[in-house]
Amino acid sequence: MTKETITVALAGNPNSGKTTIFNHITGTRQHVGNWPGVTVEKKEGLIQHNGHRLRVVDLPGTYSLTAYSLEEIVARRFLVEEKPDVVVDIVDASNLERNLYLATQLIELGVKLILALNMADVAEARGHEIDSGKLGTLLGVPVVFTVGTKNQGIKELLDKVVAVAEDRDTVSRHIHIAYGHELEKEIKKIQDVIWQDPSIGRRYSTRWLAVKLLENDGAVKEGVGALGGIGSRILAQADAGRARLTQLYQDDTEMVLTDQRYGFIGGALKEVLRVSAASKFDLSRQIDLVLTNRLLGFPIFIFFIWAMFQLTFTLGAYPMAWLDAGVGWLGGVVAKVLPAGVFRDLVVDGVIAGVGSVIIFLPNILLLFFCIALFEDTGYLARAAFIMDRVMHLIGLHGKSFIPMLMGFGCNAPAIMAARTLESERDRILTILINPLMSCSARLPVYVLLAGTFFGASAGNVIFSIYALGIALAIAMGKLFRLTLFRGESAPFVLELPPYRVPTLKSLLIHMWDRSAIFLRKMGGVILVGSMVVWFLGAFPRQPVAPVVEPVARSQTAPVTPDPAELSSAGPRSRHDKEAPERERLRLERSYLGRLGRVIQPIFAPLGFDWQTSVAVLSGFVAKEIVVSTLGVLYAAGSEGNDENEALRGALRASGMTPLAAYALMAFVLTYVPCLATVGAIRRETNSWKWTAFSIAYTLTLAWVVAFVIFQGGRLIGLA
Amino acid sequence: MIPLSRFKEGERGVIIKIQGRGAFRKRLQEMGFIRGTEVFVEKYAPLRDPVELIVKGYHVSLRVEEAAQVLMERQGQEAA
Repeated sequence: MTKETITVALAGNPNSGKTTIFNHITGTRQHVGNWPGVTVEKKEGLIQHNGHRLRVVDLPGTYSLTAYSLEEIVARRFLVEEKPDVVVDIVDASNLERNLYLATQLIELGVKLILALNMADVAEARGHEIDSGKLGTLLGVPVVFTVGTKNQGIKELLDKVVAVAEDRDTVSRHIHIAYGHELEKEIKKIQDVIWQDPSIGRRYSTRWLAVKLLENDGAVKEGVGALGGIGSRILAQADAGRARLTQLYQDDTEMVLTDQRYGFIGGALKEVLRVSAASKFDLSRQIDLVLTNRLLGFPIFIFFIWAMFQLTFTLGAYPMAWLDAGVGWLGGVVAKVLPAGVFRDLVVDGVIAGVGSVIIFLPNILLLFFCIALFEDTGYLARAAFIMDRVMHLIGLHGKSFIPMLMGFGCNAPAIMAARTLESERDRILTILINPLMSCSARLPVYVLLAGTFFGASAGNVIFSIYALGIALAIAMGKLFRLTLFRGESAPFVLELPPYRVPTLKSLLIHMWDRSAIFLRKMGGVILVGSMVVWFLGAFPRQPVAPVVEPVARSQTAPVTPDPAELSSAGPRSRHDKEAPERERLRLERSYLGRLGRVIQPIFAPLGFDWQTSVAVLSGFVAKEIVVSTLGVLYAAGSEGNDENEALRGALRASGMTPLAAYALMAFVLTYVPCLATVGAIRRETNSWKWTAFSIAYTLTLAWVVAFVIFQGGRLIGLA
Repeated sequence: MIPLSRFKEGERGVIIKIQGRGAFRKRLQEMGFIRGTEVFVEKYAPLRDPVELIVKGYHVSLRVEEAAQVLMERQGQEAA
């Protein structure tokens, strides 16, 4: 018995049930990360099987290993460079022909392969009878039947993995896919040149290299070219061969090779697959006739999205309120326990308040990702993309971008994470970049305050126009980025519409948890640091405020019924005593944040913002709700009013802000960086500081330009 | 030869040739769009684009502009 770890790579087409199998093998002992340098998710798990240690790596789902998409490049690099001990190709048994295409490429790569015929039950129900023994012999690969959704065949699969790793399997042998006389002749010629340097053959399969060179494979050509003299001789031979074959077949050699591989598969299937014409009834197809129906398709789609929103934001509001209360309670407790001072303020006002403001989104995120997992695992997400593609394509986006864009109206952070469902990195980054222009719910309080104050009865229409402005900007920026940063033709749409499936609760929960955990872990870090920085800017320098203001504050008639909560939390620096608002205003004005506000005010002056508004906008970097509370602190102090909100409205009207400036402010709030959590999500999902910085810079610039145009343009035509 | 995009729902045909850029042709081929393969037009999306096809026993959708690159020969019409 070897004590060494066996590395097992799981390969397979998208929709082959690979993830379900992976979840069954590893259970909760899995680790989710990113493949180096790219945003493709990498999952692996370490398990014990009959005294062997297995490291199971889930490769991205791919249809092929051509290295056109990022997923294919990642999967191939792992197979070629890290040489896993065993590769398991998870194959959808009910869709054998296309799924075996990847198998032919894995065979060609010369890896130790096992074929897992998954969804064996579905294949059987469809009247597909597969002679697995014969298939194994023809391909030189051991074959195991599995039913991922029912956890069947997993143990046999793992037994087989160990047997193949130890070269104990009798079926395993290396076969060649025969490409016919002419192609074989050219393959041989290239191999002969390669063998002039035996060290190459020891590291890679020479036949695989030869075939890839005939296919004009960019990555392989680059690698061979780097070998120097021998490399250029190999490339010259390959070029000559390709030229001759192109002449002969009147078609690109890679097309001819693909043809031949499908020919090989077709030949094999003739011998091993028997399809009884038994059940012609296809439930999935019947369901689809309704769900993507010309008339019903859109109403049903809208209903599902509506239901998702309701679940996420309406149902999620309850646990959100509990968490909010919990955070408040924690802050109160800590405030009592810790001695007064800078450290307590840092913990209570910085860490707990800041991180707490993000934690409360957790229920929303869990519910949202549960819904998305449900859409994905049932197969409905592909249909949503099918229905919406025509619309999204107008902005240069993929049909699948719709869900992240729509979710942006709720909260941009999970919406940006939902862009993971997009396969092409270009589509994903574009979706992430314009997503913040979808006005999230946190910005609504700002609109409500400003529109309510300055536009009275037409506030509803004004707010609606802000949402519309966001959508218009998203379309414009999408177009602009497509024409500049993401030039060139978009990736082919070619979208598989897998049969509808009943998802397992386990996989839904794992799916949901994976993504939510990322939210908690990574954003916790960004948020933590960010809230501490903003707290610091707002809290320092801590010079005591001159008592001059006290008489002013005292002159207010205060209702002398302090509530118990205030009493209990009353400390040396209580914000609840009556002179606190004025003191707080002065303190903030003199803090670094306030000074910064005055320094940057000239930048905002052309937009009609005074220094208080500038500070509020600055503080809005953390989260948009804070704009309202900062405005409250800076304006409302000292003004009369029964409730806080009314006081703020009065103060805003008295401040000299015009409706036009208010509208410009709303447009600015709509457009610039939504919040720290979103910045964290962008950083996480693009896996690049460059794109994160770009996103911040472009939204700030755009916000300024839009607000400038509104304010100055409005003044020109005499609106204010 | 007729472009696949001209096919109506419920029509079927056989692939003669695929035009277009290398990457696109390659992707289609890998997904089973091989010369001589039968394609059945299942339905068009509610906005008439993209189109859902059945190829080699599975469902796949292409944008209409992509389907226009697939040249077909028409076969007998059938009701699904």
